[in-house]
Amino acid sequence: MKAVFKQTQGMLPVSTSYCPGCTHGVAHRIIMETLDEMGLLGKAIGVAPIGCSVVAHQFMNVDMCESAHGRAPAVATAIRRVHPDRIVYTYQGDGDLASIGMAEIVHAAARGEKFSTFFINNGIYGMTGGQMAPTTLIGQRATTCVDGRTREQAGMPLKICELLATLDGPAYIERVALNSPAHIRKAKKAVRRAFEIQQEGKGFTFVELLSTCPTNWGLTPPKAMEWLEENMIPYYPLGVFREPEVK
Amino acid sequence: MPTNKLFFAGSGGQGVLTMGQMVTYAAMYADMNATWLPSYGPEMRGGTANCTVVISPEKPVSCPLIYEADNLVVMNLPSLIKFEGMVKPGGNLFVNTSLIEQKPTRTDINVYNVPANDLAMQLGNARTANVVMLGALVRTTNVVPVEMIYKIMEKTFSGRKAALLDLNKQAFHTWKPE
Amino acid sequence: MSEKVLMKGNEAFAEAVIRGGVRFYFGYPITPQSEIPEFMSRELPKWGGKFLQAESELGAINMAYGCGAAGGNGFISSSSPGIALMQEGMSFLCSAEVPVVLLNASRGGPGIGSIQPGQADYNQVTRGGGNGDYKMPVFAPASIQEAIDILYDAPALADQWRNPVMVLVDGLMGQMMEPVLMPEPKKPLESADIPTVKPWAISGSEKGTRSVVKSLRLQPEVLEEHVEHLFEKYGRMEKELVRVETENVENAEVVFVAFGTMARLVKEAMEILESQGVKAGMIRPISLWPYPYEAFDKIGKNCKAVISAELSMGQMVQDVKLGVEGRWPVRLIHRVGGMLPTSLDIVEKTRKILEEVR
Repeated sequence: MKAVFKQTQGMLPVSTSYCPGCTHGVAHRIIMETLDEMGLLGKAIGVAPIGCSVVAHQFMNVDMCESAHGRAPAVATAIRRVHPDRIVYTYQGDGDLASIGMAEIVHAAARGEKFSTFFINNGIYGMTGGQMAPTTLIGQRATTCVDGRTREQAGMPLKICELLATLDGPAYIERVALNSPAHIRKAKKAVRRAFEIQQEGKGFTFVELLSTCPTNWGLTPPKAMEWLEENMIPYYPLGVFREPEVK
Repeated sequence: MPTNKLFFAGSGGQGVLTMGQMVTYAAMYADMNATWLPSYGPEMRGGTANCTVVISPEKPVSCPLIYEADNLVVMNLPSLIKFEGMVKPGGNLFVNTSLIEQKPTRTDINVYNVPANDLAMQLGNARTANVVMLGALVRTTNVVPVEMIYKIMEKTFSGRKAALLDLNKQAFHTWKPE
Repeated sequence: MSEKVLMKGNEAFAEAVIRGGVRFYFGYPITPQSEIPEFMSRELPKWGGKFLQAESELGAINMAYGCGAAGGNGFISSSSPGIALMQEGMSFLCSAEVPVVLLNASRGGPGIGSIQPGQADYNQVTRGGGNGDYKMPVFAPASIQEAIDILYDAPALADQWRNPVMVLVDGLMGQMMEPVLMPEPKKPLESADIPTVKPWAISGSEKGTRSVVKSLRLQPEVLEEHVEHLFEKYGRMEKELVRVETENVENAEVVFVAFGTMARLVKEAMEILESQGVKAGMIRPISLWPYPYEAFDKIGKNCKAVISAELSMGQMVQDVKLGVEGRWPVRLIHRVGGMLPTSLDIVEKTRKILEEVR
């Protein structure tokens, strides 16, 4: 019998701890499949954040370390210096990267550190139970803005790709979404592009993955996919914000 | 030989810290124990400069800070006013009389008047004023051997700077006691 | 050994730790130790090492963590407020058992405080300023040579115990120059050798095993077991890492306990007291954790008082009391805010204490 599908060696053969319908699983899989397809599993070093994916090392089958809240880019900066021939990536959520860890991500990007960051943006704090994130949309409800985020009270959501694109340091910045098969295929291409550019030594690569959090959004998984399409993509447009210069 | 405590004071750019370092280097070359400690802090910029040197011929230096000095060198007037009281009774005070007209008030110490800037100018290089003063201090007190000061000069003024060696040796010997 | 050279403390500290095998430095400038990052930026590349000025102390400690987790020999330096910012990272490093060498040029506090010498970080560094149960060896040298010797050994010590090691100095020692001997450079650990020398480090799973460096243990029974493992290690450190210098404690009428800069002021005070016919001794802890409690058992029957001399409102004095175990009266001589007593002040206060306890 011909095998038409094989599970990637990049994921450990265990169930994840993520909620049903959460796109962390999708993000994990496309990253690990890509490393597997590129033959890089033995050379990759991952850095997990604080947030739901703090336990990513239980699922991703590569050498990994945890990092303190928001500091994954600092940790990865040093790992890449100790092992210049390895593939290093950070996997961070919106609270970790866009709130407490803003200094670390901006400086790593500005320095053009040669690692890849995968930024999971679902507009809410998952692990702590649905509080407002720096990327929570205006009008979106969270447990610390129960009537919906207002500009007056909490200011405007942060557009990280756009913000990092103001810097000269990064080599590649793209925003993708995980809410449909077409978008997921595109997301996987972006992940591969990030690793390829890292391998070529061209500098810092950044992929933002718009994600869902059905549990804390209070929606079913299919409704969450729709909500992402209708609300997040208009505010966080998909696309490439930086490409390496072609010489 | 007991511990010798020295204090050098003046303003930034007068070579005060260098003077102290040369004495400390000379002590090291003579196999003595020594510490050099500059004043440090926000006042470092453009203000007063001073440093403490403690030389202990036999034992390690216990304390690098001093509350009284065996030898005090003052290169400008504010330093004389501020630090004159620090000299131990019977100790030595070296005054840069080129820049300090005011007389010291102490009568229980030995005062040496050294017109360091004038003597340096006479040699044709105003920047050697601190070496003139260093010569006065070392030749008067023998706190470190003169040959060791030479050794430092020979190390410092070698290669392209070799021309400065004679000038500095001359500066070191130019002051004559009254 | 080469010949003696006259070196400024901050530069000597940096050179010694490089010679001890450090090849990665991460730091954020803060007075009074900014000459260390300056020196490292200039010198470390010459040794094949890498220097990076971090965006903050938070960046620096987490870079140190990444470096150590990846198997590199890293070094970071800072001063009191910067060290305070790094505390979360230190707790993390200890839990994840990641080696790194830290230098703290402690200054007057609380708050931003002053830039002059202080020892009011004693509780923070010996009790663990971060969250949770953890320990880290802390060494407090009193001369530049002693600091060199400690920093030279520190990278190997951190690796041996898979634990951060801290060296506590101050701005006075950083600015001071003393004649010193620099030890011969050790062979550094090359990146290519990390997978075999440190198989636990994250260097890529192609080495044959998958490494995970972490501190999160959500199951209470697992975390308890981990903390007990850490404390079994700390227990062995307590036996093996105590370092102390004692002088005349057997016959002394008064025994001082002091470390670092304060020990040198006390030493001169002891010479003055001796000349006045007062027999004085000193216990100088070189390791502040583990603390040399057993040194107090050497104190003789002539002792009238044990004096903790500190640049704090009295932090080490608690350890002194634990060492003394009620056998002699314990008193405190101290200055704070970056102020230093003169040796004469110490003599005068000691004489008053002796009159009071007689």
